[in-house]
Amino acid sequence: MSDTKETTGLSRRQFLKGSGAAAAATALGTAAAPGALAAQAPAAQPVPGMGPAGVKITLQVNGRKMSSTVEPRVTLLDALRNYLDVTGCKRVCDRGTCGACTVLLDNKPVYACSMLALEAQGKEIRTAESLVQGAKLDAVPAAFVRFDAQQCGFCTPGFVVAMKAVLEQNPKATPAEVEKGLAGNICRCGTYEQMRDAIYSLCNTKRGS
Amino acid sequence: MKNFTYFRPTTPEQAVALLENRWGNTELLAGGTDLHDLQKEYVAQPARVVSLSGVNALAGIRVEEKSVRIGAGAKLADIANHAELKRLFPSLTDAADQIGGPQIRNMGTLGGNLCQRNRCWYFRDEHTNCLLKTGQRCFALDGENKYHAIFSQGHRCVIVNPSTLAPALIALGASAVVQGPNGRRTIELGRFFRAPGANNEREHVLEANDMVVEVTIPRSNLANASYEVRHKQAYDWPLVQAAVSFERGDGGVRNPRVVLGHVAPTPHVAEAAARSITGQAVSEATAGAAGRAAAQDAKPLSQNGYKVKLVEVAVKRALIIAAGQKRYWEV
Ligand SMILES: Cc1cc2nc3c(=O)[nH]c(=O)nc-3n(C[C@H](O)[C@H](O)[C@H](O)COP(=O)(O)OP(=O)(O)OC[C@H]3O[C@@H](n4cnc5c(N)ncnc54)[C@H](O)[C@@H]3O)c2cc1C
Ligand code: FES
Ligand code: FES
Repeated sequence: MSDTKETTGLSRRQFLKGSGAAAAATALGTAAAPGALAAQAPAAQPVPGMGPAGVKITLQVNGRKMSSTVEPRVTLLDALRNYLDVTGCKRVCDRGTCGACTVLLDNKPVYACSMLALEAQGKEIRTAESLVQGAKLDAVPAAFVRFDAQQCGFCTPGFVVAMKAVLEQNPKATPAEVEKGLAGNICRCGTYEQMRDAIYSLCNTKRGS
Repeated sequence: MKNFTYFRPTTPEQAVALLENRWGNTELLAGGTDLHDLQKEYVAQPARVVSLSGVNALAGIRVEEKSVRIGAGAKLADIANHAELKRLFPSLTDAADQIGGPQIRNMGTLGGNLCQRNRCWYFRDEHTNCLLKTGQRCFALDGENKYHAIFSQGHRCVIVNPSTLAPALIALGASAVVQGPNGRRTIELGRFFRAPGANNEREHVLEANDMVVEVTIPRSNLANASYEVRHKQAYDWPLVQAAVSFERGDGGVRNPRVVLGHVAPTPHVAEAAARSITGQAVSEATAGAAGRAAAQDAKPLSQNGYKVKLVEVAVKRALIIAAGQKRYWEV
């Protein structure tokens, strides 16, 4: 495909600008957060590029600072699972259509498979692991256990995180509101009925009432 | 995904200066919900990615005296949940609220929604070299075309435009403010989209070194609504969408706009439907007649004849909702 040709159509000026920026980024060690780098550059200066070689990143995961070096193409999901060993979020479709990779980014559910790790810097990331404190399970996964709301369990970390987001935002959410918040998650084993039981109990509502 | 160099400018001018004058080697990145998919399929293989996440000027929704201005970086969730927008433009907020699930709405942006690539399975398949890549033909014309266009004016590629915000915004008379290398210009959204027919064309008229900065909607008292027929409640794009707007007058509907989504390579303005409802009081009978008028010139492909009926229903229901009448289909 013509997409793969590297430099045709790139003006000499753009090329020089680009390579200069890459050199500048290397000289700076690319250690700072992207925000910090960009903020230092006055408007007229070329914006430094990062990568394609590995870039040092720091992520705030479940209250802890974690660092690694990743290429720009590495998604937040792959950074968490493969570089930082935070494996709660699951890689299932890797295309933003199943919800298994759901994490909270500044308290909002997002698909970790559909964003770059670089872009998650400076944000507070929470995964299913954050729903256990010591031996104590958060109310949401506890309801999943009580109502046996899983079979293979692959979708569960995504579901509990998405559900947590709704209830955190609105502790008085109705079962219908919680379900709307789960519209971006799929359970292939079809444990929806048990999940409904868990939702009703979390909302202190009797099912069928 | 092919690896790339990542740039994070802080102003629209810086972002545009990083783009190139041809498509492919450099891509803008907003929420990433579409771009990263295409990269993983190797349909997009940029060597440089220009992220808009550091461009704070793109965020924000401002309701002003004469117009409403929505930054290209506004998240779909922010549009869907904005109280003032819900009151003024329910067609837009309803459309935003039905996109994907909460995760997509928390990530996806207005600019990305308008500029997202089409969903044709041949285009999105790494191994199929269709007309929109470097191939010679559109495989949907005589292939699997269940979700493709039913209105085409001899288009060589029969995709449907995937944006559900676009029909609503066009019906509201909105425009895009575009930043290019030589400054800013305004493009009516009614003229923003086009039917691509080659690998150096996108679903819109922007040049490769342009970007959308914001969308402006004139403030008005237009009655407006968007109605979507979906295969299931969550996740998928609609099968057919109708967005309508009109002025309410003593003599019935005035200056109506009827814009269809997911039936043509661009959002499709149904002029016959607008003519049909002009000067009428909205009722099931007049809205139904407008729906039939909207569908009259359809030329379905081998597998999507069902969409013709859905157009009739969607237009009828959108008019009923905009007129504030009882939703007769809800029990
Ligand atoms: C499961 C699922 C269901 C969906 N359902 C719907 C639906 O029903 N209706 C609907 O409309 N959409 C739907 N979408 C698509 C979704 O709305 C888009 O993916 C999203 O809006 C894209 O925004 P983004 O910010 O993530 O864009 P990105 O992925 O970052 O970018 C998309 C494209 O737009 C370009 N771009 C981004 N910002 C700008 C800008 N400011 N100026 C110029 N070009 C720009 C990028 O270069 C890229 O080519 C769905 C998506 C998924 C995954
Ligand atoms: S793995 Fe991210 S949505 Fe499926
Ligand atoms: S429990 Fe198996 S996918 Fe949900």
